[in-house]
Amino acid sequence: MIDPIFLLEAAINGILLGGILALLALGLNLIFGVIDIVWIVYVDLVMLCMYVLYFTNQVYGWPFWLAALAALAVGAGLGVAVHVLVISPILASPPINQLLATGGLLFFIQSFATFLWTTDHRSVRFSLPSFEVGGIFLPATRLIPFGISILAMLALYLFLTRTFMGTAMRAVAQDREAMALMGADPRRVYVMTSAVGGLMAGLAGTLLVFQYSVHPFFGGQFGPLTFMICVLGGLGNMVGAFIASFIMSEIISITGVIWSTEMGYVIAFVVFIVMMFIRPGGILARSE
Amino acid sequence: MSRVAAVVLGAGLLAVPLFLGPGTGQYVLHVLIQMFIWSFVGQAWSLMGRFGLVSLGHGAFLGIGAYTVALLWNFFRLTPWVGAPVAVALTALFAAVVAYPCSRFRVVGHYFGLVTLAVGEVVRLLIIAERDWTGGSLGLTLKPAGASSLLALQFTDRRVFYYGTLALWAVGLWVWWRLDRSMARDAMEAIGEDETAAASVGIHVTRFKLGITVLSAALTALGGVAYAQYITYVNPETLSGIGVSLRIVFAVVLGGMYALLGPTVGAALTIALSESLRIAFGLKLIGMAETIYGLLLVLFIIFLPAGIWGSLRRPRAPARPLEPVRPVA
Repeated sequence: MIDPIFLLEAAINGILLGGILALLALGLNLIFGVIDIVWIVYVDLVMLCMYVLYFTNQVYGWPFWLAALAALAVGAGLGVAVHVLVISPILASPPINQLLATGGLLFFIQSFATFLWTTDHRSVRFSLPSFEVGGIFLPATRLIPFGISILAMLALYLFLTRTFMGTAMRAVAQDREAMALMGADPRRVYVMTSAVGGLMAGLAGTLLVFQYSVHPFFGGQFGPLTFMICVLGGLGNMVGAFIASFIMSEIISITGVIWSTEMGYVIAFVVFIVMMFIRPGGILARSE
Repeated sequence: MSRVAAVVLGAGLLAVPLFLGPGTGQYVLHVLIQMFIWSFVGQAWSLMGRFGLVSLGHGAFLGIGAYTVALLWNFFRLTPWVGAPVAVALTALFAAVVAYPCSRFRVVGHYFGLVTLAVGEVVRLLIIAERDWTGGSLGLTLKPAGASSLLALQFTDRRVFYYGTLALWAVGLWVWWRLDRSMARDAMEAIGEDETAAASVGIHVTRFKLGITVLSAALTALGGVAYAQYITYVNPETLSGIGVSLRIVFAVVLGGMYALLGPTVGAALTIALSESLRIAFGLKLIGMAETIYGLLLVLFIIFLPAGIWGSLRRPRAPARPLEPVRPVA
């Protein structure tokens, strides 16, 4: 029998992991919802931003805040580059081709990263304290990213609801054709969305280096999970994606303690598959 | 394709091993065998893909097929002649379990792709989790039967595998061609266009989708068996990862999934490309070959969306002329 304290610790770790997953999922879901294309390559952009952080901070000795700003800038730049170079020429193509183009980009980025930086795992070292609350250890390397992630999601929410561009993005997500008829230029909205999505990738990368080391195949670790969270939450549904992140992270974290890490992911994926059958519109959709 | 061209191509392929000696010849043979196996798998995938059932998890079927045969042989010394049918039956059952709710609950488009992606990941993770028998992420080597053995389907002579996989590929072409000429194709195309409309003219949507998925999965499993027997080593990443599932789709889309030889052209080109890049760069610039591969894939998809062979065969997208609707099955 497993000591309940371990389960509690797993549940808390699940919440902390959920915060990061939610940030990843929101960035991808924004692009998914507005442009209607699955960026299979999304978490690989996060990986590149993690490398930016590693090199600027650990190798060139920049202070962490400056390195983080660099990662955010690179993230936004990559988002725009992916959109302009790869996505915009194939906006009218069948969805399968759009999916595969970003998949090809995934091969490209993974291999180019291997070529440039080899498959070594690299980590940014922090000396941060751990807090002990009732026998449970809460490392600051998990608490700080969680807190920043929640703040960032609030900022995104305010951006989407209180600014003109944010409102335009939500409008395009609701009805692509009508938005063009209203005189807004969807192309500009797309570029902005990709930039914001990329910025979120940069931020997610910044927060992930607190806990994970970076290597060229980092994307495989979080990529599939991120798409599934987006779909589970409902395409383009931000609140749904937020809740779905915590559901998935709790399943992974708790099953990981009582069974094994792989089985944690297996159960999470099976839950995703079953939910697709019974709630294809996402967990918050009304059942038909 | 005209009958003459088919006969010439067939005779040419049958004669190839006669001109290949030891050394480089064996390498060429090895590349050709891989091309046949992956073309066969690509054909199996395109049976579904061409009707809009874009699976991103065919690695699941490949993995179940290959691992079933390998485990039965290693632990029970069960000959692949029995193991392969078991593997195919098991995969078909698994595919039916996935496909039935998918068509029953109308999981289509992006959603179908992501569900199959999850299925592929589940199989890969289960193989890794059951490391006590499967060897986990280290993979599993088929126990050698000693000398060449027909019973164990292990041969030291590559030519046997050449003819074996050539036959497999030909079977794949035949299945594709039969389906292309059958009523099922019309039914599936109608379903791919609009499920509700298809159902309203009397097409049994679930039955057709289930059938095509099971057929595709069973053939893919057979491809996995062929791969396991030839390479004699199975690994969850090379058989069931997202990488391999995407590679299958890439090859088919690159060749063109609406033409008979599309998957073959695509698989042959991607293998030739990665092999020649590997030779060109060798161990000097690790990752460079794959980098160029990825870049070319993106460029091909942007500039040749109908696939290479597909573009040569049909100048425009495969819009079929409107025919009067006839009730099917």
